[in-house]
Amino acid sequence: MHIIETGNVAAATGVKLARAQVVAAYPITPQTPLTEKLSEFVESGKMEAQYIPVESEHSALSVCIAAASTGARAFTATSSNGLLYMSEQVHWAAGARLPIVMCVANRAVGAPWNIWNDQQDSISQRDAGWIQMYASDHQHIIDKVIQAFYLAEKMKIPVMVCYDGYLLSHTYMPFEIPDEAMVDSFLPPFSPDYALDPGDPQNLNTVTLPDVRENIHGDLAPGYMEIRRSLHEDMRCAIVELGEIDKKYYEIFGRGGSPYVEAYKCDDASFIAVCLGSLSYHLRDVVDALRVEGIKMGVSGIQIYRPFPDQALVDVLKSAKGVIVLEKAISYGNQGALFADVKAALYPVKERPFVHNYILGLGGREIKTIDLYNALKDSCTASEAKVDTPRWIGLKL
Amino acid sequence: MRKDIIEIRWHGRGGQGAITAAKIVANSAFVSGYKGVVMAPTFGTERRGAPIFTSLKVSKEKIYDISPIVSPDIVVVLDHMLLEEAGVTVGLKPGGLIVLNTPKQAGDYHFGGMKLAVADVTALSYKAGLQKGIVNSGIIGAFARASGLLDIDVLYEAIRKEFKDLKPDKNAEAARLAYNGTTMTVTMVATTAAKTGGM
Repeated sequence: MHIIETGNVAAATGVKLARAQVVAAYPITPQTPLTEKLSEFVESGKMEAQYIPVESEHSALSVCIAAASTGARAFTATSSNGLLYMSEQVHWAAGARLPIVMCVANRAVGAPWNIWNDQQDSISQRDAGWIQMYASDHQHIIDKVIQAFYLAEKMKIPVMVCYDGYLLSHTYMPFEIPDEAMVDSFLPPFSPDYALDPGDPQNLNTVTLPDVRENIHGDLAPGYMEIRRSLHEDMRCAIVELGEIDKKYYEIFGRGGSPYVEAYKCDDASFIAVCLGSLSYHLRDVVDALRVEGIKMGVSGIQIYRPFPDQALVDVLKSAKGVIVLEKAISYGNQGALFADVKAALYPVKERPFVHNYILGLGGREIKTIDLYNALKDSCTASEAKVDTPRWIGLKL
Repeated sequence: MRKDIIEIRWHGRGGQGAITAAKIVANSAFVSGYKGVVMAPTFGTERRGAPIFTSLKVSKEKIYDISPIVSPDIVVVLDHMLLEEAGVTVGLKPGGLIVLNTPKQAGDYHFGGMKLAVADVTALSYKAGLQKGIVNSGIIGAFARASGLLDIDVLYEAIRKEFKDLKPDKNAEAARLAYNGTTMTVTMVATTAAKTGGM
């Protein structure tokens, strides 16, 4: 069934269909309508879950950590400074290998206060050990939320599903709601390998020494570094797993096919724009307009940012003359974080395309289609000099 | 950038229901075969009584560009007093359509060659049995008559569905009265520059 609703409602509906058992969240714009919708679902009996109101984001994720530790399917959502306020627990959830799913309605980070969209919030949590998926429209949001629970529980790694605040969270567009019974056939109930149980007391995540040592059973137990390496290795395996999940989802729902990079007109493209989130769809019309002028342009939307889909991305980009990375976040004093990742992925390619970097849309600065058109045209027609300094779209002063 | 997208900007005041009106039209467009429907409210600064606007884009094909409308084909104005404060005609395409809730006559306005449709939606909605000041169902009738974009019966049904717990029939009646009470004209070019875009 298709409905026309907001991205927040798409997310909430996905969480309901995934049968999350515990929802704990603190409202923050532009995430608020998502948690309101979930509390409505729970209150009206449409969703069998515990909705736990909390006094802060730190507590929201703490509740989810506790719930997931007992074997419950847990969900939270936040934005901006809310995500940063829970940052300690963000790292903890990943280290504790708890399959929590969190939506991030991407919003600029204060100071100064700003409630509008960019992606600095989730990008700043890049190295916390969470899987990060980015949605380009509402269909992506609802489908990725459902897939995120599967992926998280399979890999025992928490997953963030990120979508642009306001641009997606508050914008209405049509999307298909997956059939409930089909979602049930796709996503089995959460059955953890181990869970806190008062009948069988255990300690979880106690102090772990730098070196390996024997545990109380006399077995050699991993030290901190082994535990960290296994998180990293499992993150890399999550890429393969996502491919499998995408295939399974496609078989049931008929949607998917590009779990890593959604490429639009990239097969014969001389130049390819690369970005995260709704911008990759916004750029499609720009690609078409440039093609009318004879510029063979394409655009690739990265679907999963951590683990980074380097091989899939290189497969799309390797034959291009130029790659243009557009980002709503910046690694201050260096360059766009995605730009650095794209360049690193391309390094082993013998005849590498040049890579340009544009920063845009920070704090909700309007991204004008004509500005995108001009920037891409400039990158395609100007020199191929490898400029490592990011350029800015839409700056006024 | 794409020529197939019809861009409609809705101007109202916070709390007046412009978003709900646009949503009803969005749903009706979708069920009428417009696969591309994107409705984006003003972000972040909604306050009761303050001027707000909502962008609605419709197309037979999926819409990927969710940026705000720059040059609308149609503007719908829920409160004629907004003409003096909210720049409602900014960017309107030459020969574009203005749908205006006003107690005045079309001839009282000068919009430099734009098409103008007027209806006293406030009075007609009250006549339909709605509380005074409720205009967001009625304005849809005026919009339907003036734009010809959607079948009025589809809109009546969408209105009844949206207001199923809030006087569905009276809301649909408000739209019907406004549909029948809408007058259209092509406005004259103003005789003095000072008159452009206003009264």
